[in-house]
Amino acid sequence: MELELTEDQEFFADTTRKFLEDKATPTDLRQLRGDPIGYAPQYWRAGAELGWTSLLVSEEDGGGSISGRGLADLALVAHQFGRHAAPGPLLATNVVAAAVSRRGTPEQRAEVIPGLLAGETVATWCWAEPPPRDRLGEVGLSATPDGQNYVLNGRKGPVEAGAHAQHLLVVARAPEGLVQLLLPASSPGITVIPAQGLDLTRRFAEIRFDDVVVPRSALLGDPSATEADIERQLQLANVIQLAEMVGAMEKAFEITVEWAFNRYSFGRPLASYQELKHRFADMKAWLEAGHAAADAATRAVQDETDWAGEYTSAGKAYMGVYGIELVQDCVQMHGGIGVTFDHDMHLYLRRVVVDSLLFGTVSDHRQRLATMLERREAVETNESHEDKEATNA
Amino acid sequence: MPETATDLEPVEDFRLRLRSWLADNMPRARRRGAAPLRPRGQMSDEEELAEVAYHRELQRRLFEGGFAGICFPKEYGGQGLTPEHQKVFNEEIWPYDYPARLQVPPMQPCATIILDFGTEEQKRRHIPAILRGDEIWMQMLSEPSGGSDVAGAQTTAVRDGDEWVLNGSKIWTTGAWWSDWALCLARTNWDVPKHRGLTVFMVPLRHEGIEIHRIEMLNGSREFCQEFLTDVRIPDSDRIGEVDQGWTVGTRWMFYEKSFSVSFYVTRPTPPEGSGDGMSVGGDTSLITEARRRGTLNDPATRELIGEAHALSLVSSEANRRIGEAIATGKMSDQGAGLSKIIGGTLGIRVANINFQLAGPAAAAWTEDSRAAGDQGVAFLTRQASQIGGGTTEMARNVVSERLLLMPRERTLDRDIPFRDVPRGPSTG
Repeated sequence: MELELTEDQEFFADTTRKFLEDKATPTDLRQLRGDPIGYAPQYWRAGAELGWTSLLVSEEDGGGSISGRGLADLALVAHQFGRHAAPGPLLATNVVAAAVSRRGTPEQRAEVIPGLLAGETVATWCWAEPPPRDRLGEVGLSATPDGQNYVLNGRKGPVEAGAHAQHLLVVARAPEGLVQLLLPASSPGITVIPAQGLDLTRRFAEIRFDDVVVPRSALLGDPSATEADIERQLQLANVIQLAEMVGAMEKAFEITVEWAFNRYSFGRPLASYQELKHRFADMKAWLEAGHAAADAATRAVQDETDWAGEYTSAGKAYMGVYGIELVQDCVQMHGGIGVTFDHDMHLYLRRVVVDSLLFGTVSDHRQRLATMLERREAVETNESHEDKEATNA
Repeated sequence: MPETATDLEPVEDFRLRLRSWLADNMPRARRRGAAPLRPRGQMSDEEELAEVAYHRELQRRLFEGGFAGICFPKEYGGQGLTPEHQKVFNEEIWPYDYPARLQVPPMQPCATIILDFGTEEQKRRHIPAILRGDEIWMQMLSEPSGGSDVAGAQTTAVRDGDEWVLNGSKIWTTGAWWSDWALCLARTNWDVPKHRGLTVFMVPLRHEGIEIHRIEMLNGSREFCQEFLTDVRIPDSDRIGEVDQGWTVGTRWMFYEKSFSVSFYVTRPTPPEGSGDGMSVGGDTSLITEARRRGTLNDPATRELIGEAHALSLVSSEANRRIGEAIATGKMSDQGAGLSKIIGGTLGIRVANINFQLAGPAAAAWTEDSRAAGDQGVAFLTRQASQIGGGTTEMARNVVSERLLLMPRERTLDRDIPFRDVPRGPSTG
C-alpha cells in the first residue's frame, strides 16, 4: 500500500476495512465454504454502496473515484480484500465495468453498468481457456461470422463467478482477429460447469459455447483495438491481484509475528531464536518489496505509461514466488496447527496461491517480460546506431 | 541541517540557472545505462588516477560555479540550499559527467561527520577543501580483527602531550592510495566497556608511520586498502568529538554510512520525473544482447530466466526506492536500511545466479569475442562481496528482526566489562 494516502483515501480504505472486519470474519468465510455463490447477495450490494464497483467507471456512467485516480483507490479495496480473504467478484466485475465504460456503446453501457454499480448484477471476463490452451493469451474459442451475427464455439475457464454472472465479456478469435463480445450469460448454447477450487469463497466455472449466436452489435470496441484492450484489462486484473496478494501476505505475516512472541519452546519465545529471527527479517523485506511492486504496478497502469506491462508482469513474477514463499513460511512457523482447517493461515495462503495462478502464471509473466525486454533492446540498439551516425556526421 | 527559509532562491529559478551553467561548463556523460567501458576494478592504476584527477577537476568546476555542496552551509563553502534544490541538482546533472568518486564516503559520512562534530576551526579548514575537490576523505573503520563488530576496534591511540600516538591496522578503506584524509576510529581506553573507550581522529593518509597496502580482490580490483599504523602522531587538534566519546560520533557515522542512498548531501544523478527516459524502468537489456550472441534467445528456458531476472531487478529497485522514502519521511526507522540489504541478499543473489547461468561455458574460459561471458564468470566469483561490504546480510537480519520487529536481542559477551577482558581470538592481521 502506498506510503502516502490522501485523507479521503484513508477514510475510504478504513470504511471497507471496518465493513470487512464485521462481515467477512474467518467464521463467515468458513460458513461460506459450501455456498454456490460464495457470498450473500446483500453483502455484495452493501459493498457496491461503499464504492467497490464504481471506481473504474466514468462519472458520465454513474461511477467515480475518491482521489481522481480510480485504480489507486480500487487497489486500496483489493488490499483490504487480501487482508480479509474477502468474498466477492471484485476483480471480475471491475475489469468488465472498466472495459464497458471505456469502450461500450450507449446501449451496452446502459444495459450493463447500472446493475454492476448497484451490486445487483455481476459481470465477468471470459479470456482464459482450459488446458491444452491454458497459457496466458491463448484463444481457441472461435467467432464465425454469419450475416449480422457471430457464432461462438469453444470453451472458457476458469471464469470467476462464471456460474452466477449475468454478463459475459468473451474473447474470441474471428477472421479479422481477436474480438471481445458482450453477451448475456443466458444466451442459448451456453453450458456452465462449476469448478472445484482452492479459495473458500471465490467461485469459478468452465463455460462451454456450442453454436452460441451473438449479434455483431455485441462487439465491445473496434476489433482493431481489441489486442490493446485485452492488454489493458490484463493489467487491471494484475493490479487488483497484486494489491490483494500483498494484503494477504501482510496479514499472514502479522499473525505469525504475534505468534512468534507468544509461542514458547524450550522456555523461550520463538522470536528469540536467531534462525527464526533471520527468517522473519527476510519475510519483512519480501513484504516491503511486495508493497513496492504492487504500488509501482498500480501507478504505472493508472497513468497508462509505456512500461505498465513490465511493472504488472514483474509484480506477478515476483509475488508468485516470494509472496507464496512468505505465506508458506508463515505456515511453517506455526507447526502442525498451520496446516489445519481450524487455523486462519490457509485463508491467506489460498488467496495468494489462487491470485498467482490466474491471469498469468509466474512462468507466463517471465516470458512476457523477456519479450518486452527484447523489444526495448531493439529500440536501444537503434538509438545507439543513430548516436553513432550522429557522431560520424 | 539545511535552511528552509523562504528567502532562498526558488527551486525553479535555481533549475534554470543551473541548467544553463551546466550546459556551458560540464562535459556530457556517455549514454547512461550503457555498459561501462571498463569496470572500475579492471582499470589500470594510470586510468584510475586519471579518473580521480578528472573527478577532482569536475568538483572544482562545481565549486567555482557556485554549485558544490548544495545543502552544506554557506559559511563552509556550500550553497545553503534545501533538499529540494539537491533533488533538482540530481535531475539536471543527469546528462552530464559528475564527480562520482567524491560522493560516498567523502561527502557522506566524512564531511557530514565533520559538520556535525567538528570544531569551528576544523569545519573551516576541511569542508571547503572537500567541496573544492582538494581533499578526498575515506573511512578508517573496519579492522582485520572484526568486520561487523565495529565498536570492537583495537587500533589504539595513546595521549602524549598535545599529540596522540596511533598504532594498529585498518582495512577495507576504498582508494586510500589516492585519497588525502580519513576519519579513524581508535581505542583510547581499554579499561572501560567497549563503547565507552573510543575516540575519532582525522588522519592525513600520506603521513609518517602510515603504510598503505593495496588488497587484490578476486575480480582483480585493487581499490581496497589496508593501512598499518606505526607510531603515527596526530595533534590533539585533529581529534573529532570528546575523548572516549567516540561512539557518539560512531553511531552517527554508521547512520550516515547506511543512509547515503537517501542523503541530500550526496549527488546521485536521477532522470527527471516523467522524462520518459527508458532507464527510469530499470533493468538492463544486456541479457538479451548476450543471449542473442550465444544463440539462446529463442530457448524458452533462457527467456524465462531473463524474465525472472528482469522482474527481480525491477522489484528490487522499487523496493529500495520505497524503503528510502519511508526512512526519509520518518515512516520507518533508519534501521530499515537493513531491508535493502536483505533484498540484495535474496533477490539480488538470484539475479546474479541467473546472469552467471546464462553466460554459459565461456564464463569459465573466454576470448575477446566472449568477453562479456568472462566478465560474468569473474563477477560470480565475487558474488558475496555485496553481501559483506558495508555490513553483512546476517547483521542486517539481526537489525531488522531486533530493531524493526522488536524481537529479543542476541546475547553478547562484551557488554559491561572492560574491553581489555573481552574474549578475543588470535589476531588475523
